[in-house]
Amino acid sequence: MERMHVLVCAGTGCTSSLSAQVVEQIQSELVKLNLQTEVKVIKTGCFGLCQKGPIVAIHPDRVFYCHVTPADAVEIVAEHIYKGRPVKRLELTDIDEVTKEKIFNIDEIKFYAKQQRIALKNCGVINPEDIDEYIAMEGYMALGKALTTMTPQEVIDEVKKSGLRGRGGGGFPTGAKWQFAANQPKGQKYVICNADEGDPGAFMDRSILEGDPHVVLESMAIAGYAIGANHGYVYIRAEYPIAVERLEIALKQARELGLLGNNIFSSGFDFDIEIRLGAGAFVCGEETALIQSIEGKRGMPRPKPPFPAVSGVWGKPTIINNVETFANVAPILRKGSEWFASIGTEKSKGTKVFALGGKISNTGLVEVPMGTTLREVIYEIGGGCPDNKNFKAVQTGGPSGGCLTEADLDTGIDFDNLVALGSMMGSGGMIVLDEDNCMVDVARFYMDFIVDESCGKCSPCRIGTKRMLEMLTDICEGRGTAETLFELERLAHKVKDTSLCGLGQTASNPVLSTLRLFKSEYDAHVFDKKCPAHVCKNLLTYSIVAEACRKCGLCARNCPTSAITGVLGKEVYVIDPAKCIRCGACMTACRFGAVLRG
Amino acid sequence: MKTLQDLQKLRDEAKKRVSMREGDVRYRVLVGMATCGIAAGARPVLNALVEACAKEHYDCTVTQTGCIGMCTYEPIVEVLDQDGKKTTYIHVDAKKAVEILESHVKNGILLEAYSLQ
Ligand SMILES: Cc1cc2nc3c(=O)[nH]c(=O)nc-3n(C[C@H](O)[C@H](O)[C@H](O)COP(=O)(O)O)c2cc1C
Ligand code: SF4
Repeated sequence: MERMHVLVCAGTGCTSSLSAQVVEQIQSELVKLNLQTEVKVIKTGCFGLCQKGPIVAIHPDRVFYCHVTPADAVEIVAEHIYKGRPVKRLELTDIDEVTKEKIFNIDEIKFYAKQQRIALKNCGVINPEDIDEYIAMEGYMALGKALTTMTPQEVIDEVKKSGLRGRGGGGFPTGAKWQFAANQPKGQKYVICNADEGDPGAFMDRSILEGDPHVVLESMAIAGYAIGANHGYVYIRAEYPIAVERLEIALKQARELGLLGNNIFSSGFDFDIEIRLGAGAFVCGEETALIQSIEGKRGMPRPKPPFPAVSGVWGKPTIINNVETFANVAPILRKGSEWFASIGTEKSKGTKVFALGGKISNTGLVEVPMGTTLREVIYEIGGGCPDNKNFKAVQTGGPSGGCLTEADLDTGIDFDNLVALGSMMGSGGMIVLDEDNCMVDVARFYMDFIVDESCGKCSPCRIGTKRMLEMLTDICEGRGTAETLFELERLAHKVKDTSLCGLGQTASNPVLSTLRLFKSEYDAHVFDKKCPAHVCKNLLTYSIVAEACRKCGLCARNCPTSAITGVLGKEVYVIDPAKCIRCGACMTACRFGAVLRG
Repeated sequence: MKTLQDLQKLRDEAKKRVSMREGDVRYRVLVGMATCGIAAGARPVLNALVEACAKEHYDCTVTQTGCIGMCTYEPIVEVLDQDGKKTTYIHVDAKKAVEILESHVKNGILLEAYSLQ
């Protein structure tokens, strides 16, 4: 006899902020009050608001609590669950812009109000480890509908009509890819779900798998039916242990109910899925390298064509789709292509999930219709840059993408617009940068990542990216010259034009994008030997303004290298630049603002 | 599971167990469960409501709330419809609670005999 459901996020973000202990605490408190049979505690996937985790939601009351500690859990049980008095101080709130009053109603909170959830629909709502809850949300109905009332070609046509494009980065039309594979001669074919998600800062796919693993399995089976494959692989990195575990549980439950296996829905269609763990190399997300890795070989890309749809895993026709792409397939079949095509922009249909990170108040996972502007995502949903800092740029597409600036904020986000602005959609990482970020340093960060991740098969990427990293490091450390800048740009184009796979072909994008948009920052590093954002240590100088110095000596006492000299109460203190390691300890120590950073 | 009908049956069963998370029910039934309510016997009322709902699948949720401010009338049960219209039932016991569900929530007929005038 259940009268209340307590939903606690058990995604990776909230788990690391002790959500498991919160669950235990709630459960033991319920037992103390003898409420354990009427109040059910459910561990769900991500609610999206990772910044405010752990999140606890109470239904049917629709009350959301944030930053819940195990101690708070005691209060929530005693006050809210037992006595029916929501604990206001822990409730998720917004401020009404007009009345300046607090908003408690979850449906009016801006973070959620602007979002539209298709791929994340069940995340944070169902228990991902209970197939019944997925089924309650119409789960596996799309597969049932496809197998019992549609031909494979009708399934493909439906996906084509929906306008769904791949969410893994390229934006390739999914229906066309399936058609390509379906047109290959009958025989062994494969469906692969790409859950490698190597883009630093991205966690969309992980959250879908943690929060709603069945939608991916159901959609893979639909894809198998459409192209004539009876075997699927989920290629997922071993660094995602929670997602792997939930996938395994989901697979077992689906097999037990006969939703995977032989003769599904008595249709004669067989389909089963295997999990393959990757070791977490970025290049293994590239489809041809991924196939090599599944086959047990070293993950290295190969030239295309032949495309995987013709010759994929074990040389057989194979389709590879991203996790989020699959998460849209079952809803499309269930609700119809017209419904899906009515959402989004002319050429980009549906929604897109973004992992918002960097200098943003509401770090987390958001899903918005295509065409939503960057301003809406960053300011209305994300809450803007914290600490009243000025927004500088937003990086999309990770190490393959580029930056967008203030001028682009009112552009609707879709595949084509972002490319036209010199960036790309990528898989959905969205890193916000503010005035304290140095754009040269950002470019160097991504290049450093690429150098580590290049597989080394072709020389433009293997050697070229290493050289670019050296040049960027020179610029950041004050050794850059006009020639460095010139060579950097030239090499960036060369690597882009001559690399074998997407990794090398896009590796220059962060450099080219920042060079184009923030040339003045590069120039300041090279010609003035200054880092305008005060990030590049070698270009910083600390000095003490004599007039402001009160001769207290606090700076000298805090300096780890004894670079500051003066006489207490008598002589102003001075910093010896030769000894200074630019740690900033003096600046933090000085109570009179006498230390100057330049 | 062999057919689509099997799945539909399972879905309908499973739906009842998650419906309270969706927030689109016809009525919300609130039980005053502050110290005054509990002392006056609100707990058996809440239990009766929850049990009856689980058995009959009334289109409502049952929630406990804090002190409604009319302690002398406890146990109090409030029924809210989708337009926010509120009916307050007073001095409710387990038997009356079930009658309220059957009449008000199921058939839409207010039980004036038990309600606060
Ligand atoms: C270096 C590199 C890394 C990639 N990493 C991923 C990844 O982590 N996840 C993903 O789905 N696609 C990744 N891709 C894209 C895949 O090659 C492929 O295009 C995609 O999985 C196709 O699925 P979609 O059409 O559903 O987007 C990567 C591509 C490159 C070049
Ligand atoms: S471009 Fe880079 S990652 Fe791709 S094949 Fe060449 S060396 Fe390997």
